[in-house]
Amino acid sequence: MNRLELSSLYQLTVTRFKLTLREPEAIFWIFVFPILLALGLGIAFRNRPADVLPVGATTPQLAQALAANKGLRAMEMDEAAGTRALATGNILLLAVGNGNSVVYRYDDTNPDARTARMIADRDIQIAAGRHDPVEAQNQLMHETGSRYIDFLVPGLLGMNLMGSAMWGLGFSIVDARAKKLLKRMVASPMPRWQYLAAYLLARLIMLAIEVVVLLGFAWVVFRVPFRGPVADLALICVLCSLTFSALGLLVASRARTMEAVSGLMNLVMMPMWIMSGVFFSPSRFPAFLQPFVQALPLTAAISAIRGNMLQGIPLGHMMTPLAILLAWCAVPFAVSLRIFRWR
Amino acid sequence: MVDRVRDRVDADPDVALGNTGKAAVRIRGLHKAFGDVRAVDGIDLEVGAGECFGLLGPNGAGKTTTIEICEGLTPPDAGTVELLGRSWQRDADELRQLIGIQLQETQFPEKLTVEEVLRLFRSFYRRGMTLDEAIALAQLEEKRQARVGGLSGGQKQRVAMATALVGDPELLFLDEPTTGLDPQARRHVWDLVERLKLAGRTIILTTHYMEEAERLCDRVAIMDHGRVIALGTPKELIAMVGGEDIVEFAVGLKATADASTTLAAKNAANSARDDSSGRGQGVVNVETLKAIPGVQSHRVDEALHQLSVSELHTAVPRIFAALEEQGLHLSEFRTHSATLEDVFVRLTGRNLRDE
Repeated sequence: MNRLELSSLYQLTVTRFKLTLREPEAIFWIFVFPILLALGLGIAFRNRPADVLPVGATTPQLAQALAANKGLRAMEMDEAAGTRALATGNILLLAVGNGNSVVYRYDDTNPDARTARMIADRDIQIAAGRHDPVEAQNQLMHETGSRYIDFLVPGLLGMNLMGSAMWGLGFSIVDARAKKLLKRMVASPMPRWQYLAAYLLARLIMLAIEVVVLLGFAWVVFRVPFRGPVADLALICVLCSLTFSALGLLVASRARTMEAVSGLMNLVMMPMWIMSGVFFSPSRFPAFLQPFVQALPLTAAISAIRGNMLQGIPLGHMMTPLAILLAWCAVPFAVSLRIFRWR
Repeated sequence: MVDRVRDRVDADPDVALGNTGKAAVRIRGLHKAFGDVRAVDGIDLEVGAGECFGLLGPNGAGKTTTIEICEGLTPPDAGTVELLGRSWQRDADELRQLIGIQLQETQFPEKLTVEEVLRLFRSFYRRGMTLDEAIALAQLEEKRQARVGGLSGGQKQRVAMATALVGDPELLFLDEPTTGLDPQARRHVWDLVERLKLAGRTIILTTHYMEEAERLCDRVAIMDHGRVIALGTPKELIAMVGGEDIVEFAVGLKATADASTTLAAKNAANSARDDSSGRGQGVVNVETLKAIPGVQSHRVDEALHQLSVSELHTAVPRIFAALEEQGLHLSEFRTHSATLEDVFVRLTGRNLRDE
């Protein structure tokens, strides 16, 4: 054997890497799943012509005025039928004519209904003879970078970095503990730090592959933009992966059974799947939740990735998310080294 | 007899050491409790260099705790352990390089090959065997490229032994190396241990199989409830029973189909005094039996009488005659050479496997 083969850190890393590659389920979740998700959501939310909004009107005059607009699909119905249609969501708005006045019934918490209200009112007013004092023209554009898929890909990347790091470390460490392999390892002369370092090194090799696969796919198929420096993006990904590895290590540091570690993992990851802005902006959550939402490591990770890819912000101007990530890396790592159970 | 063996150890440890006077392992006043359970309750042992030493006892006797304290995996509550003249407090890193360990129930990653597991463990040691040597020693040549998950129990155990051997250790700890293996796989592991003995390695193994300790160990410490209750070579310990052979019999009044009860079958005709089946219906006059020349001791366990006997060939006819005189007939009768099992029974009044 040559010198490299005799290096325990090298052997531990290679072993860890081989074991990951020999786990077909892991390969699916790390590589195939995010691509399928991106493909599915990219198709579902592809840019289409603006939606046609269904509306109802109680008089023929109103229905005629509304039918003139291509953005609306107007149906004439009596008030009772219209109320039912509103309640079941078949129409977004019901215009009830009453002599020279009109009443709009709609749900003002539904953005589409509010849009329908604005369009319908304008059309009815114009049909009744209103003249706009300012002449307006529209110029339509569909720019790369403002589509949903552009927003989604950094979110999926962040989610994938979290999942693969936490599952990758957490499950295999607890599995080794349950099978008494950890105990056997510390009964050998192996330096303990190398065992954990090998997990991180193997993780970084996997990281390079999985980031290139996911982003390469997004670029080839959807032409997702890369506006910031690619080196910055690589650094952000490494930091994210180390942060979630530290969290995975913490979750796995005491658990003795796979059931226990699965429960803990879901407990830690679930709030982030929901609140950290993978699929929609975290600003949708109410103000009192914002400090919590913004402090989550996945929120910081995705915000840094979006800042780089979509807005081209250099690292130096994203200190807040980077500091949050660093804190989530350092503290769990220090704690888990202290409480780690080797047997 | 127990006391005599132990006194000798206490007085002059070197006398009791196996091949040489140099101790590879020196254990003094070892105690370890888990909660209320005193797993190890005051153990002193010395193991000589080149010796194969066995810790024998039932489950829960404290064998594994003792060996894991020696391996530096469990800190003792009190007492000292010295391995190869070194201690875990001062020389842990050096000791890890010098000893080989096989633990109970380690499961190596199923998706690694035998060679990959051994290459990994070899990389932990500064010096040691080549992979080829370790694989040849454990007779795993044919399984070299096979994944651990596809191996039999005996083959997995030999992988575990090979991971203990790759560092070419001076001192080897084997914790229940054959538990759970079928007889053929067990003999295979025994062959391996015997080769290691021939190569002059010091081996400490735990087992609850008597025959394993008798076959492999130069000396045996019998443990029970965290203490060493007897210590010596298998021959010395067996001699403590008092006779070289054990006669077991039961008296009943209805013949059984046991192959060894030909006499009982002969007597079946004139023995129908009691219709109830099973052992122990007749009352045996123990003093008469003990008076027979060659009978050393008697005990009875669930109506099965056990005599330890020297001069088996003259004693057995007299035992038959005595029982006949008492109007009893035999429902079971067998003899075997005294084993460590009999030593354990003699010392504790319990069978090793009564757990």
